[in-house]
Amino acid sequence: MASSASATPTPRHPTAIGDFLDRAGMLLVLALLFIGCALFVENFLSWRNMSGLALSVSMTGMVACTMLFCLAAGDFDLSIGSVVACAGVVAALVMNRTGSIAIGVLAGLGCGAVSGLINGVVVAKLRINALITTLATMQIVRGFGYIVSDYKAVGISNESFFVLGNSRPLGIDTPIWITVGCFAVFGFVLNRTVFGRDTLAVGGNAEAAHLAGIAVERIKIIIFTAQGVMAAFAGIVLASRYTSGQPNTSQGFELDVISACVLGGVSLTGGIGSMAFVIAGVLIMGIVQNAMNLLNIAPGYQYVARGMILLAAVLFDRWKRRGSKLP
Amino acid sequence: MTPLAFEQLSMEFPGVKALQDVSFEVRAGSVHALMGENGAGKSTLLKILSGAYRPTGGHVVIDGQPRFFRDTREALGAGVAVIYQELHLVPEMTVAENLFLGHLPNRAGLVKRGELAAAARRQLELMGETISPETRVGRLPLAQRQMVEIAKALTRGARIIAFDEPTSSLSDREARRLFAIIRDLRARGCAVLYVSHRMEEIFQLCDRITILRDGKHVETAPLETLTRDAVVQRMVGRQLADIYNYTPRTHGEDALVVHGLRGPGLAAPCSFAAKAGEILGFFGLVGAGRTELLRVIFGAAPKTAGTVKILGREVEVSSPRDAIAAGVVLCPEDRKKEGVVGVRSVLENMNLSARRRHAHGGVLINETWEQANARQRIEQLRVRTPSARQLIRNLSGGNQQKVILGRWLSETVQVLLLDEPTRGIDVGAKSEIYGIMQRLAQEGVCVVMVSSELPEVMGVADRIVVMRQGAIAAVVDRRDATEEKLLKLALPLETSGAKAV
Repeated sequence: MASSASATPTPRHPTAIGDFLDRAGMLLVLALLFIGCALFVENFLSWRNMSGLALSVSMTGMVACTMLFCLAAGDFDLSIGSVVACAGVVAALVMNRTGSIAIGVLAGLGCGAVSGLINGVVVAKLRINALITTLATMQIVRGFGYIVSDYKAVGISNESFFVLGNSRPLGIDTPIWITVGCFAVFGFVLNRTVFGRDTLAVGGNAEAAHLAGIAVERIKIIIFTAQGVMAAFAGIVLASRYTSGQPNTSQGFELDVISACVLGGVSLTGGIGSMAFVIAGVLIMGIVQNAMNLLNIAPGYQYVARGMILLAAVLFDRWKRRGSKLP
Repeated sequence: MTPLAFEQLSMEFPGVKALQDVSFEVRAGSVHALMGENGAGKSTLLKILSGAYRPTGGHVVIDGQPRFFRDTREALGAGVAVIYQELHLVPEMTVAENLFLGHLPNRAGLVKRGELAAAARRQLELMGETISPETRVGRLPLAQRQMVEIAKALTRGARIIAFDEPTSSLSDREARRLFAIIRDLRARGCAVLYVSHRMEEIFQLCDRITILRDGKHVETAPLETLTRDAVVQRMVGRQLADIYNYTPRTHGEDALVVHGLRGPGLAAPCSFAAKAGEILGFFGLVGAGRTELLRVIFGAAPKTAGTVKILGREVEVSSPRDAIAAGVVLCPEDRKKEGVVGVRSVLENMNLSARRRHAHGGVLINETWEQANARQRIEQLRVRTPSARQLIRNLSGGNQQKVILGRWLSETVQVLLLDEPTRGIDVGAKSEIYGIMQRLAQEGVCVVMVSSELPEVMGVADRIVVMRQGAIAAVVDRRDATEEKLLKLALPLETSGAKAV
């Protein structure tokens, strides 16, 4: 992780194609992939499949929004998979105990907020590496979920809670609406607010940002806390879809989210990223997965293919980024 | 046969021709100066020589053979070593291990410790260096690390050695030692290419010179045929009267009053005052505490005692943010590490601080202001960049410095702290930066400048504070300042028992 993106920019000749690739990047790959699948994969374009695809990437999409901020600030968060599970369990338990959906949801979100806040404080104030910090909270939170649920799925008795994950306003699943909303809100925050621009500066050079009067620690703490809350929210939506809180769900989810971001072109070393990158990354991952399912490709090959796509994406990005202009 | 020649070397970057048809030779047993303003193409040329860049035209000729190096290893294999400002040593490893990094004497993969130490000691002794080969490089002062880097090049049998501003962070005494070693390299028949902005050392050390301007070859000549003025004139392409451009100003009230300030790196409480419209210079040797003092004033290092008053009002500064709000700003010494956000654009870097105050409701980016401010500062400070969207790391050092100045001019500045503002910057940009400082002082800003270059401090400042071993030694008026006087004040007191921090 420590290797810098590229200390010395290698020269590149200005060409129309290069410029176009710089700006369009993975969106172009996404478009080609979509067209390819539409042409060659049977049933791919059907409404049923499209909406299934969107639903399957909705959770990754939501959490990728906050992960984008984390990566842009030069950190990342491995604890989100555990938070998804733990928040679902806690929400289910509290809901059953109190009979109130609102209190249950708040308890779940609070669980994510606390874990995110701890991550943020340890990384920002105590200057511990984000990898180690979130690796630790990942295990602590996962364990906590098991302890409070006694290792069992917690069924939810209040059926009106299932509306969150299973209703379909205007024929589209609620989680998809939520994800689209997240894309819009967080994209706006990154591009159009001081907080968003400061985040990119912190990731690009934390010391320079600090000396320019940016409250680096506060920004990192806010980002980690938001990340925790977002993961918890995704966990609550998932619990609603499953009609239960499951302590062993979403293992490895953090890696899906991080790979989607990196696939889209968000830099692991910080300072470079946009919501368009994230959307492209999430959709490419989803489409590949979906197409492979439709083509009945065995799971082993699916893993190999996904890994190779990720590798190809970062290599492509490296090649593309030899240039100098900003996206 | 000429050991090193460049033949019609060209290098194009997007929108920039960094080198155009540059041809010249470097002879054996010669120290060859390479001079030019920033952006003239010196660094690009060195990077091609070391294999970091591949030229888009022409070639490097080693012993009459056109060569391309794919990386530093290949260059070293051909006897070419480039010694950069930022040294390429592994701080956690010992001197001996660094010297033989990549080709440690070994048997079946096991390092032969004894042989390694002996070979390292031999090489160091050859250079008259007394560093123990067992010392960890990270514990050596910068000057000695540089010696290790040179020794490393020599252990690989380098015959062609290029130096990129080697003295920029050395004290005078260290620099003299370096020169002795370079002269020794010359005596042994090495071809030395020497890049520096410091005119004095070029004339002391070099026998031939090549001058580049805007990526083009201007002249290659024996140094004794040129005067300093002639060299400068060829570098900038115009006559430079007085680069400092000092004009007496009337000073206002006390803008910055520091009393009894203590903090990390300061051995004694520091007190001084600077007036609005004044340029106060800080001179001292490296490690005298000047940078540390500025950092405490700016809130970048914790204050342990003392007070800071801005325009007569005492301010409590515990972070750079507080300092900026009080009208105190700092251009840090290490631009790359502390100044610029390399992966972001000129515009982002320019607006980094002031955008907070111009945002709608303090939250939403004011796009109109962002564009207008960037455009205005680029014009005002004559930042040479293709556009405001250019990544700042693609700009030359002088232009990066102007962007950081622009960042602070976008704020309401009472006190401008500058830490080595012209380090690694060419003459033309230097003169522009002095001009900007004068103009700001004229407008009533209090400018505090730390510099290790005597001519610069004496040329620019109204008064000069000399620091020594973490404390203020004296304050000298411009009229009374001589090089001898300032140097004598700056040198450590060996006998008094004062401790350096």
